[in-house]
Amino acid sequence: MSLYTFPFDSAEKPEHDRLGGKCTSLAIMTSAGMPVPPGFAVTTDAFDAVMNQTTLHDQIAGHLKGLNYDSPDDIDRQATLIRELILTQEVPDAVRDEVVTAYRELMKLCGGEVAVAVRSSATAEDLPDASFAGQQDTYLWIEGEHNVMEKIRECWASLYTARAISYREANKIPSEGLSISVAIQKMVNSHASGVAMTIDPANGDRTKIVIDSSWGLGEMVVSGEVTPDNFVVDKVMLVVVNRIISDKHEELVPTGRGGIVRREVDAERRNAPSMSDDQVIAVAKLAKAAEKHYGSVQDVEWAIDADLPDGSNVLLLQSRPETVWSQKKAEVKVSSPGSGIEAITKSMLGSMNLGKDK
Amino acid sequence: MSPRAAKSFPSPYDTKTPKGAEGWQGLYPYNLIFQENLRKQEEQKFWFCDSQHWPNVFKPFEVIGVEYASRCLGAYNTRHYIIPPANGIDFRIHLGYNYFSPVAVAPELIGDRVPHFLERAGHYFQNWGSLLENWKKDVLKNIEEINAINFEKLPEMVSLEDVKGGKGQDPSVQLFDDYDRLISLCYKNWERHFEFLNLGYVAYLDFFGFCKEAFPGIPDLAIAKMVMGVDSVLFRPDDELKELADKAVKLDLTAHFVAGKSAAQILEAVKAAPKGAEWIKAWEDAQDPWFNYTSGNGFYGTDEYWCDNLDLPMGYTVDYVARVAKGERLHRPKDELLVERDRIVSEYADALDGEAKETFNGKMGLARAVYPYVEDHNFYIEHWTMGVFWRKVRQLGQLLADEGFWGNATDILYLSRDEVRPVLFDYANGWAVGTPAIGPSYWPKEIERRTKIIAALETQRPAPAFNEPPAEINEPFTVMLWGITTEQVQQWLGSDDSGKGGLKGMAASGGVVEGIARVITSPDQLGELKQGEILVAPVTNPSWGPVFGKISATVTDIGGMMSHAAIVCREYGLPAVTGTGKASTTIKTGMKLRVDGNQGTVEILK
Repeated sequence: MSLYTFPFDSAEKPEHDRLGGKCTSLAIMTSAGMPVPPGFAVTTDAFDAVMNQTTLHDQIAGHLKGLNYDSPDDIDRQATLIRELILTQEVPDAVRDEVVTAYRELMKLCGGEVAVAVRSSATAEDLPDASFAGQQDTYLWIEGEHNVMEKIRECWASLYTARAISYREANKIPSEGLSISVAIQKMVNSHASGVAMTIDPANGDRTKIVIDSSWGLGEMVVSGEVTPDNFVVDKVMLVVVNRIISDKHEELVPTGRGGIVRREVDAERRNAPSMSDDQVIAVAKLAKAAEKHYGSVQDVEWAIDADLPDGSNVLLLQSRPETVWSQKKAEVKVSSPGSGIEAITKSMLGSMNLGKDK
Repeated sequence: MSPRAAKSFPSPYDTKTPKGAEGWQGLYPYNLIFQENLRKQEEQKFWFCDSQHWPNVFKPFEVIGVEYASRCLGAYNTRHYIIPPANGIDFRIHLGYNYFSPVAVAPELIGDRVPHFLERAGHYFQNWGSLLENWKKDVLKNIEEINAINFEKLPEMVSLEDVKGGKGQDPSVQLFDDYDRLISLCYKNWERHFEFLNLGYVAYLDFFGFCKEAFPGIPDLAIAKMVMGVDSVLFRPDDELKELADKAVKLDLTAHFVAGKSAAQILEAVKAAPKGAEWIKAWEDAQDPWFNYTSGNGFYGTDEYWCDNLDLPMGYTVDYVARVAKGERLHRPKDELLVERDRIVSEYADALDGEAKETFNGKMGLARAVYPYVEDHNFYIEHWTMGVFWRKVRQLGQLLADEGFWGNATDILYLSRDEVRPVLFDYANGWAVGTPAIGPSYWPKEIERRTKIIAALETQRPAPAFNEPPAEINEPFTVMLWGITTEQVQQWLGSDDSGKGGLKGMAASGGVVEGIARVITSPDQLGELKQGEILVAPVTNPSWGPVFGKISATVTDIGGMMSHAAIVCREYGLPAVTGTGKASTTIKTGMKLRVDGNQGTVEILK
């Protein structure tokens, strides 16, 4: 067991105190069969090791002591000083070595040097809610060991932004024992992507998973700018029961470093399925796992990553409750309700239509 | 060929007779061949070949199977239960193979049949258990009666006892009577065969239809899996051999089970071994009734039954012993199958509420209650009854061979069952008059002529179908039992050549497997199968049981979701694609295949 890092696909139980909210959730999702982009957490133990090796704690306490919380300028000034302290602090070898090892493992899994996202993962109400704080301490398209290490420090330092300091003061959260974890996660390089719904929106059949899929990033599928391939999967048996392969004329592809280019799909791929059957089933499994995990019909965004090997390249980007069908009851047409001879007779006279499967 | 013509199969009247088979029509009953003067009406019907049950050319005696089975199936639909939309299935023999054509009820007549069906079939569903008990009693009694028949050479003299006792009959009376009873008892058990089967199917189809409605697009396989049992008697013979293999290893007898040795040699060695007696007793106990089992399908007089050739079950046992000794667990994963079945059922049920859920549970309950019969009857009729029946036919054949009528016991199969009766009279007549019978100077030549015709017919595979198919094939039995669907027929017609190097069939048992093909066209070749190979055959039989522990997937030409291959593969957890139409002729042994039992596709990789 590593002390300072924790891979999201670790078999160990994720502890919220060590991983923070975001990393814990990523690890739980992965182990529940909803593979988020692969990555690892730099645990709170790493942050603590940095803080505890010198008098850093006391110095920070000194800066905060006597702080005039009514003066935004003062908060700003002290926050900058504290962050500077953290950013220049030597990282203990044990921490650095473990982070580097975990990072190299991740690169190996991705088949070479790829960009990652570095995000902070708070342990409690130490930081304002993620939607706000997230803007400050999310670093996308980071490449190389050195740069990643830098961004980890910036995440650590983000515990002491002016806003965070004010927030803790306002909510009476003590500054003692603060800690933070950092998430390092592969940037998704979408080969194909789309959405999956754990219900058939055409008829409310809850035993189907309906998947739309097209080349590149999923935005064009969501916005309806491209006609995606459509797959219907039986949720119980996990087999494809229907497929419509469409003419997919355009795609959005990542260029690396955050750029995106919109281009015409080459002739060869336009009318080819954007996913193999194995990939369709992998997406369906992921959607089924999300439904089970959240206990309601889900609308899932997913992607197939071009860098990751088959078998681990289908990734979950987002899952949210489906709202239209889950509100109403599915209308199951029962032409011969009940059982026994009367029902048998009724269905025999009614259907006689078994040769057609679809 | 014009596109219009491609929509139809050839007429049976336009087929080519293989060289040397001229006059084949004379081998079969007049009412089973396409008669020239009925051309117009015969060409209006769509006929499909049932090579699932009759993959090989009939010898004249073997026509008994298709006649009794088809007639009795029809009688239950048409005359016993008055199944509203379906009469029987008409049948013809053409160039030695069997063709079926389902007979629908005219729409305007269906309504009047409903009350009769409700009363008659309803009674059966309500009293399923007790009626089935009665069924079993009668079937077993008939088997016992056939078993008691013994064809013996007529004695030199009528016994003194009969003379003094004033019996006033010689043993020919018994001989004729035994033959008539043999035929009649076989007929009776074929009557029984369909007593429950058709009702089992309609209950299953009711559940099937509901699932298709409630879960549009649900795979057929899912429905079959929800209903299937895991301890059908059909699998018992194979399970018995596995038990025996376990026992052999436990009793330290492994060394005596040497591949290549005959059953007699192995039994002798085991007998002499310490603790060998315990195993021998178990082996003998298993034989009655479980060795009344054939690797054929009961429709051919030369099908070999385990009890008649102990080398067959012993061969499988030797193989099993070696695997148990290596630490392998042979038994079918019954518990896992049950867990999987429950998972599937609960996930579908959870998607329903209210009346729909109640209906689902009710229909599934009934389908499950009646379904075991669909699997089990096969052991009692095709295996047990027919095994005993054919043994007696061959015994009579041997008696007449001994009397010079022909060379071998199985030569009797070249006579129709109605031709055998006059032969018996000829024999008894010569015996009575004190002069040689005529048969020995007539039959050897005639049998030789017939043998040549049959061999010539065997050189040609059957055409899959004749005449124009209906736009929709929706007769339930045709779809369920034979896997003959609208799509299937279109594929036979070559109008669906989508997959390159691929075949499409029924997704009969789930899973995806890649492996090496082994094409098997007769049960004698089963020994060639190696561990992990994919079995490719015109049709398989569940009695090939022991090979299913060895192979990794099955592909057949013919067969639906309820075909024997499909049932057995689901029980063994192997992928199966059935009803491909042409796998056994397209695929060659040694080819690498990818069998997708979820999609019903077979890809030839190289």
